[in-house]
Amino acid sequence: MTKQIVFALALLITLGVFAYTVSRIVRFFMLTRKGFRVNQLGKRLWVTLEVAFGQTKIFRRPVIGLAHALVFWGFCVILFGSIEMVIDGLFGLEKSLSILGGFYNFMMAAGDVFALLVAISIVVFLIRRVFLHIKRFEGIEMKKISHIDANVALSIILILMLSLMGMNAAYLKWVELAGHQVHGVYPVSQHLKWLFNGMPVESVFTHYQVYWWTHILLIFLFANLLPYSKHFHVFMSVPNVFLSRLEPLGKLPNMDNVTREVKLMMDPNAAFAAPAADAPIERFGVKDAEDVVWKSYFDALSCTECGRCTSVCPANITGKKLSPRKVMMDLRARMKEKGPLMLKNGRDFNDGKSLVRDYISEEELWACTTCNACAQECPINIDHPKLIVEMRRYLVMEEGSAPGELKAMFNNIENNGAPWQYSPEDRLVWAKDLEISVH
Amino acid sequence: METRKIEIPVMADLFARGEKPEYLFWVGCAGAYDDRYKKVARAFAKILVHLNISFAVLGKEETCTGDPARRAGNEMLFQMQALQNIELFKAYEVKKVITICPHCYNTFKNEYPDLGADFEVISYIDILNKYMDEGKLRVDAEKFKNVKITYHDPCYLGRANGIYEQPRAILKKLGGELVEMERNRSFALCCGAGGAQMFKEAEKGNKEVFLERMEDVLKVDPEIIATACPFCMTMMTDGIKYKNQEEKMRNLDIAELIAESLNL
Repeated sequence: MTKQIVFALALLITLGVFAYTVSRIVRFFMLTRKGFRVNQLGKRLWVTLEVAFGQTKIFRRPVIGLAHALVFWGFCVILFGSIEMVIDGLFGLEKSLSILGGFYNFMMAAGDVFALLVAISIVVFLIRRVFLHIKRFEGIEMKKISHIDANVALSIILILMLSLMGMNAAYLKWVELAGHQVHGVYPVSQHLKWLFNGMPVESVFTHYQVYWWTHILLIFLFANLLPYSKHFHVFMSVPNVFLSRLEPLGKLPNMDNVTREVKLMMDPNAAFAAPAADAPIERFGVKDAEDVVWKSYFDALSCTECGRCTSVCPANITGKKLSPRKVMMDLRARMKEKGPLMLKNGRDFNDGKSLVRDYISEEELWACTTCNACAQECPINIDHPKLIVEMRRYLVMEEGSAPGELKAMFNNIENNGAPWQYSPEDRLVWAKDLEISVH
Repeated sequence: METRKIEIPVMADLFARGEKPEYLFWVGCAGAYDDRYKKVARAFAKILVHLNISFAVLGKEETCTGDPARRAGNEMLFQMQALQNIELFKAYEVKKVITICPHCYNTFKNEYPDLGADFEVISYIDILNKYMDEGKLRVDAEKFKNVKITYHDPCYLGRANGIYEQPRAILKKLGGELVEMERNRSFALCCGAGGAQMFKEAEKGNKEVFLERMEDVLKVDPEIIATACPFCMTMMTDGIKYKNQEEKMRNLDIAELIAESLNL
């Protein structure tokens, strides 16, 4: 009974803290702008199955991709055992889901095997991060804290997997000594039973309990650390894939407020016919965290800083300042800074800083070729170029700021209908004296 | 070899005579003004005539799609261009548009519909591939036999719109020996000119993007770099010059390769 009460308290605290964190994040989302509507649910489910559960994009780098896929699939399988632990803990039961019979045996076996596979993958990840110099994990945005964040999360996952295997092995030894029936199948841990050889049954049971508590309490702690870490990814990535923009990568979202203005300019009569603009006057483009559409903030929270985007960015590869990963990290950091102040003082609150310039420089923004390699590469369908263009929109339309050559290009389009300074009269010069051979 | 002069039909003239072509051939600013890409416009127009396809161009009435303005953040200018073009297309009852520039293609196909456009957009790559598949466009498969060709994917046909295989299918039908760069298809490296970079100097870095791409090219050492975009063509042609490969390599557009194989 004591165990149940302690467990219920721990769960209550976990859920309470988590609910508080989530409610804060939801309030940050309320500060952002409306974006596209989430429709086409069938297509979204398909994308989620393919990209999230099938891990198709992570496999664009097959070797290290496999290690990640094993961790992901492992988490999905092991979740079953964690749910059972919560039920057992709350109701004082032992292996309560074993009533599911064959399915239970299968899930426990899979979880046991995956615990080992995940542990091996995590060790590989840690070695890569700590001992090998992988270019992808470096860059101006990768501060010491980013590396600590990564290594702490990986270490917690490693302890989770080791405690799971220890728990399974101790369980097997305990039922063997106590003469109970074994529930579940444990193909890996059965080879670890020897760890408890020579111990009396009570102390094997104590070991089992210690592993059990370590594992579940660490899950509770991890769940509440995640939202404050880049590993929030664990919760956010599957929903982020589900909420992907489904349009072709080349399509930029239309600015309907601009359409209204342009239509008025082209047809003055429409000024009277059109209903009075009921929408509040919005800033053109993105200057600061609250100007982004909700999906960009979702992208920023889902980013795990893997750097695949930056490693394929033509600007970054050739030494320019732009790094798509940094753009996502900057948005997240800026909302973390300004969000609480806006919640306290209202959305109009101004702290004299902004995402554009104080976090992301113009030089970075103008280096983008909108080639979409970053968005193509992102394993969870983050869309960096849309946000970059949104910030360019702010610079150009609110501040009239752009590199001189681009301003000249705008002028040319306005005056002679081409980005270069040529007369429309010469549009057909190419077709002069055209001859075709007659066969 | 005998030749005959051809006149490119202009939409306004046809319309005045009460004729309506099946396709509008959208030449694009590069096709009209860029000396190198003018040759591509000429090659493609010859193929259209060769295939007896009913088409016309807008000529002096053509204007920028607004794409570079939009990508550089000038949404106002983009929409002004787009709405004007949509009006003009409506006036000429345009139903199908063929483009030879991936940037025009992308904005027409994916972005103009948001502003009320209602016409079919066809990349020249798609129509050429289709005519070849249907046997209507028969090329001399000997012309490029054993010629090593590599294809540089333009971002706005490839990643932006998923057109990866059609240009390769054309090159194979031309008889060329297609060699792939390490970064190809959705992995392809940009030439460096997209997103309005074509019209400005690059930001400070340690290398030009087109040289990075050119190094990919040199690794497979082709005789021909096939491209399908005016900006890519500018960049790859520059790359050939910078790396002193003019004696060894040519940069040709897919339409030019077909026209060459047809002896047009």
